[in-house]
Amino acid sequence: MSKVVSAEDVVGSLRSGMTVGIGGWGSRRKPMALVRALCRSSLTDLTVVSYGGPDVGLLCAHGKVRKVVAPFVTLDSVPLEPHFRAARQRGDVAFTEYDEGMFMFGLYAAAHRLPFLPTPAGLGSDVLRVNPDLRTVRSPYGDGEELVAVPALTMDVALVHVNRADARGNAQYLGPDPYLDDLYAKAADLTYVSCERLVDTADLVKEGPVQSLLISRAHVAGVVETPNGAHFTDCAPDHGRDEEFQRMYVQAAGDPDRWEAFRRRFLSGDESAYQDAVRAWREAR
Amino acid sequence: MNDVTRAEVCAVACAEMFRGDGEIVAAAVSGMVPALGARLARLTFEPGLLTTDGHAYLTAEPIPLGAAAGEVEGWLPFRDHLWLVLNGRRHVVLGASQIDRYGNSNISCIGPWERPKAQLLGVRGAPGNTVCNTTSYWIPRHSPRVFVEEVDFVSGVGNDRGAYDLRVVVTDLAVLDFATPDGRMRLRSTHPGVTVDDVVTATGFELAVPAEVPRTRPPTGEELRLIRETLDPGGLRDREVPA
Repeated sequence: MSKVVSAEDVVGSLRSGMTVGIGGWGSRRKPMALVRALCRSSLTDLTVVSYGGPDVGLLCAHGKVRKVVAPFVTLDSVPLEPHFRAARQRGDVAFTEYDEGMFMFGLYAAAHRLPFLPTPAGLGSDVLRVNPDLRTVRSPYGDGEELVAVPALTMDVALVHVNRADARGNAQYLGPDPYLDDLYAKAADLTYVSCERLVDTADLVKEGPVQSLLISRAHVAGVVETPNGAHFTDCAPDHGRDEEFQRMYVQAAGDPDRWEAFRRRFLSGDESAYQDAVRAWREAR
Repeated sequence: MNDVTRAEVCAVACAEMFRGDGEIVAAAVSGMVPALGARLARLTFEPGLLTTDGHAYLTAEPIPLGAAAGEVEGWLPFRDHLWLVLNGRRHVVLGASQIDRYGNSNISCIGPWERPKAQLLGVRGAPGNTVCNTTSYWIPRHSPRVFVEEVDFVSGVGNDRGAYDLRVVVTDLAVLDFATPDGRMRLRSTHPGVTVDDVVTATGFELAVPAEVPRTRPPTGEELRLIRETLDPGGLRDREVPA
C-alpha cells in the first residue's frame, strides 16, 4: 500500500481557488519543495492558511494567492517577510488576521469537526474590527463570560513537511517542536506529507520515540520524498535554517531586477534544479 | 565594575518586571534585553521563575544569551505555549511598533489596515496575551513615533479595552507603569543620565508625571558580574541598546 507520489502529482491533484493549509511555523519546517512546485504550476486564486513564513511570501511573489489567513508572516531571524509585505502594501491579497491562539483554536475546531471553539483571545482588539464575520458567544455557565467563537479553519488540502515518513503515509518529526502539523492533517480534506527521508515502517521507531509519530496514515493521501525539501527553512535535526540563503532571498526580494535574477537562478527549474543551484551557490562561496 | 551601560540598566529594569512573580513562565519574547532580564531575575531575587532557551525548552538553569539549552526541565512547544497563555501562569514581555497612553499596542501595520503603508508582523499573540496574561513591554528606542496618541491597529489591548494586567514598559530612557486612577501610562523612573524632559519630549502623548520621579535602580555589583561574565559575555545586549 504505497502512497508515494511526486511533488508534481500533488500539485496536479489541486485546483485553482482551493484553500491550502501549510504546516510549520514562520521559517521552520515548511514544505518548501511542495510550495516551489505550487509556484511552478498554473494554479491561482489560492487561500493560504498558515503560521506564515516564506511559504506565504513565495506564493505571493508568484501571484498564486487570493487570500492569506494567518496570525503573522515572518522569517524569524528576519522579522518581516518581504514578498508578503509588498503584496499587502500593493493591495494584491486579502488578509484574514487572527491572534495566533485563535488560529490554533480554528485548527483544533476543524480537526475535530466542531463549528467553533471559544476563547477570550481577540476580545477588545482590532482583530474583531477587521473580521466582521467573527461572532462572540456567552458561556451558558457561571457569570456568562463573553468569548470569541473562532470558526473552524477548514481547508481543502494540507501540505506538511516532516523528517521521516513511511510509504503508507505515517509521518514523524524529530526536531524540538511538532508545531501544529497534525492538526492541519486532520483539518484538511486531503493531506500530503513531504519528508526528508522515506524509511521502512519498522524503522520509524528506530529514528525516534513512538511519541514522535505525529501524523497517522489515516489522514494522509500521499507522501513525497524531498531531501532538503524544507530549504531554506529550519528542519532540525536534518538541517538548520540556511540563514545566509534566507538573507539573500530577502535582499533579492527588495529589488525587481535582483528578484528576477534570483528567480532565474534558483526557481526557473524543477526541485532537483533548485537543489543543484543551491549546492552550486554554496560551493561557489 | 564602574561604567555601567544603559543596556545594563535596562536589563536590571527588565529583571524587576518579574519581581514577585514566583513559579511562572517568563516569556521574554521581544528581545535580548528582556530575555537577559528574566534570566537575571531567576539567578538573583526570583529563583522560582521558569525561563526558556528562546525555543521549545524550559532550561534547568538560566543560560547565556544565544547559548544552546543544555540541561532542560521542561518542554514548551508552540502549541503548549499558546495553551499556557490561556492557563495564565505566564508573564510576557511584548514589543510594540506603536503604543498609546492606555497601553494599546500595534505590531500589525502602519497606516490603514485595508491597504497598509507598511505591513508589519501581524498581530501574533498580542490580543490573547494582553487579555489573559500579565504583560510588560520592552521598547528599545523611546520616541514619539512609538509612543503615539492613537495606534493604527490595536494588536495588544490596553487598559481602556480590557487588558488583564499591564505591568511596566521599559525603554532605553525610562521605566513607565499604569499606576494612575484611569490606567493611563505614568513615568515611574528615568535611567541614569536621562531627564524627565527627555522622556516627555520622546513621548507623543501626555504622560502622567509625578512631582518626584526617582532614578531607575542601578545594577548591584553582583548583577553586573552575572550580566557580564555569566549571562551575556558576548555583549548581545549592546546590539539592542548601543552604549
